[in-house]
Amino acid sequence: MSTETEHDLFGDVDLKWEHAKNRLFLWVIFAASMFGVAMLALLLLDIGTDFYVGLTEFNISLTDFLTRDGSRREELSGFRGAIVASIMLMILTAVLAFFVGVGSAIYLEEYAPDNRVTRLIEANLANLAGVPSIVYGLLALAAVVNGIGTGPVLMAGAIALGLLVMSIIIVSSQEALRAVPDSVRNGSYATGATKWQTIRGVVLPAAIPGIMTGTILALARAIGETAPLLMVGAIFVNRMPSGPFDRFSGMPTQIYAWAAEPSPHFIHLAAIGIVVLLTFLFVMNGLAMYIRHRYETEI
Amino acid sequence: MSTETNPTRGITGDGAAQADRVANRRVRRILFGCAAITVLTTLAIFFVLIDNAVSYFYGLRFTEALLGASLEKSVTLTEFFTGTRWAPDHATPGHGILPIVFGTLSITVGAAFVSIPIGTATAIYLSEYASEGVRSKLKPTLEILAGIPTIVYGYFAIAFINPVVLSPIAETLFGIHLGRYSMLSGMLVVGIMTIPMVSSISEDAMSSVPDELRNGAYALGATKYDVSTRIVLPASISGVLASYILAVSRALGETMAVTLAAGFNAQITANPFDEIMTMTAYMVSMARGTSAVGTIEYQSLFAVGLVLFVMTLVMNLLNDRLKRRFQEEYR
Amino acid sequence: MMARDPDDRNPASKPRETEETDTTMATAQLEDELITTEVETGSTERAGRPDETVVATTGLTVHYGDDQALWDVDIEIPVHKVTAIIGPSGCGKSTFLRSINRMNDQIDGCRIGGELHFHGKNVYDEDVDPVALRRKIGMVFQKPNPFPKSIYDNVAYGLRVQGKDDEVDLDAAVEDALRGAALWDEVKDKLDESGLELSGGQQQRLCIARTIATDPEVLLMDEPTSALDPVAASKIEDLIDELVEEYTVVIVTHNMQQAARISDKTAVFLNGGELVEFDRTATIFENPADDRVEDYITGKFG
Repeated sequence: MSTETEHDLFGDVDLKWEHAKNRLFLWVIFAASMFGVAMLALLLLDIGTDFYVGLTEFNISLTDFLTRDGSRREELSGFRGAIVASIMLMILTAVLAFFVGVGSAIYLEEYAPDNRVTRLIEANLANLAGVPSIVYGLLALAAVVNGIGTGPVLMAGAIALGLLVMSIIIVSSQEALRAVPDSVRNGSYATGATKWQTIRGVVLPAAIPGIMTGTILALARAIGETAPLLMVGAIFVNRMPSGPFDRFSGMPTQIYAWAAEPSPHFIHLAAIGIVVLLTFLFVMNGLAMYIRHRYETEI
Repeated sequence: MSTETNPTRGITGDGAAQADRVANRRVRRILFGCAAITVLTTLAIFFVLIDNAVSYFYGLRFTEALLGASLEKSVTLTEFFTGTRWAPDHATPGHGILPIVFGTLSITVGAAFVSIPIGTATAIYLSEYASEGVRSKLKPTLEILAGIPTIVYGYFAIAFINPVVLSPIAETLFGIHLGRYSMLSGMLVVGIMTIPMVSSISEDAMSSVPDELRNGAYALGATKYDVSTRIVLPASISGVLASYILAVSRALGETMAVTLAAGFNAQITANPFDEIMTMTAYMVSMARGTSAVGTIEYQSLFAVGLVLFVMTLVMNLLNDRLKRRFQEEYR
Repeated sequence: MMARDPDDRNPASKPRETEETDTTMATAQLEDELITTEVETGSTERAGRPDETVVATTGLTVHYGDDQALWDVDIEIPVHKVTAIIGPSGCGKSTFLRSINRMNDQIDGCRIGGELHFHGKNVYDEDVDPVALRRKIGMVFQKPNPFPKSIYDNVAYGLRVQGKDDEVDLDAAVEDALRGAALWDEVKDKLDESGLELSGGQQQRLCIARTIATDPEVLLMDEPTSALDPVAASKIEDLIDELVEEYTVVIVTHNMQQAARISDKTAVFLNGGELVEFDRTATIFENPADDRVEDYITGKFG
């Protein structure tokens, strides 16, 4: 029990270097973990500063910013047209992608036999999620803008975004459906319900919070997408779109147009636009989290 | 269902049950149609890209050629794949895609040098070291990085990283005057935005390594470092590699951040402070001009888009393979 | 009871039936043997040697959060003997084993009280490094857990992390360890194959080889045969009989026949973490002092 015995006991094991290595390693990976956090903080700080400078030094009025449309003249430029266009885009995207997405998820989870076709659909889904967003823009440009001949209208942008988020909605809906326990399905079948009655009456209601959460998160992704909208020609349009078949520029494309300008006034307009865009994302993510927490316990 | 009066009606399949079954079949067909749309989307992408890319090389679209119009060669494949000057819209046009492929690959490789080491280290920290409290805060915080629109990263590059961080470094250390754009700022922002893809997916892979393996190593007198690097990392390697592929694939197709960070000068250069152009930035630059159908600029969009699509497709297939292998290992 | 796990058609996992059935069956047979023949305990030659304590505990307690898993355990484990730890499930026998090489440190919310001496040194003293301790006290787990590496790398792993790979001839050390674990002849031609390719019993012997490669003093075995079929299990039992010439073996088992067959001394844990009796194996099985132990051995409860 004396220290001498202890010395003999572990004397042949030298762990000094081992422990130094461990400490160094922990320090390195902790620093690496903090790098991401630091960059996030820096990014938000930079945007916050530019937002503040824009409001104070460039005298950009937030009210004017939110109630005016874009303009070639920096002091007259506002974000209203872009906000309205983005909201319209989001609604159209939701309508286009939601039903097809949830329908596909139901098919894949509840109906699909385990065969080649199903595996092809599943593999294709994984691939679609990895297609660069700009390619969806090219598809809409060739097929809708010039193929159908709509011209660079909001509907074309919504189709590009709809196809883009469809795979996300499908995958998250599949997860929500998978989370519904089989006992629920069997309970319904035992009362003599058909498959579709079971899905509509029991499975979907149980899965809908998960599906909604996934859909809102997918739409949050869509509202921040820039490249597909640029491809369908959503740029240099300042006014508010009058409908789905009008020309448009959404929030991110407007921000891009401003950020690419050399004038510092435009740069700060972009910063304020980013704050508005991030506010939208924040609200949407908050809503998704709320739905998830609210209904989490009930399933 | 009036099973009380005639019990066989329900189970022999006439009447109400029959109607239900018909409805069921119809629903099934509609739902299959929904799922089929996803496959059609992929086919449509292929078709549109190839159809229009053909017109870049042969002066008319593939569908037009099928209808019997005569071919006229405008751009040769040799020039396209080996030429080193990219300026399809120039008065004396250059049709070599290499400079913008170089732009895309250099950004991708540079970003990987940021996201792979940092993402992997973060994953090890999250999976092996962080307490539950730290983990539950750090992980969602990092995932915010993945949720921020790419245009915001572009802004971060053009308004902060390039002028505030890189410009003084280039000026004082190398005596280079930095312009609005630089390759290095593109590498950095794309690297930062792909960190959470690597960290999150790698962490999932590491967390699914069974504890028995960790305990086996600890019982042999291994330290935490040994367990992390010699047991957990090798055991989860296919999942970790899948996360790298995903990050690389994302960096290849990344558009807005690189456009605003790295610029529009199609050149092959070894200087990271130079302005370069990626394939996606080229597409954005053409879209800015809303090029008219039938012009060489419009056609070139699809030729470049096709090359980009094929590159990401290869990455996605590779990723799919690795993911599947990882799932087989731990089931 | 069989219907509880209809998917489990793997014959290797058959002996894994619930402990209850197993012990009742074991005790029923044991009772027969008790009446008809003498119980054959570990080698008599070994049993004759005087006990020299290597691991000793005084007032050892273990808490998991608010639950107490071990109550004031006092025990002296003799060197170069097989000590069996038996008892019904949830009696703290694995907890006790894991506290010897401080594997409980890996569990959040685990608190240890009392003292556990290894060669007279309390291993829970602040100046004791659990990593160093585990290099002296090896462990084999219930479920074979070879690393997803080659057979060779599995055995070499311990030597590598302990930095002994440049001191010794690694090839020779791997061969020695595999011979020591009675696995060499079966794997000598496929050392580069993955350890996961082996059968369950071979995997467990690989884990034993992995452990003895680093030459620890004590081998802790946590139900090493419970996931194996009877043939593989008996091979491990034979192996333990040989290993004890060089190592001190502490084995947790819920199979009382096994304890009776291979151990020199037996500790009986009952009542959710209490060491009820510790004595020569023959004494425990033939003439236990404590009535509860007698009841447990004869299958009256547990």
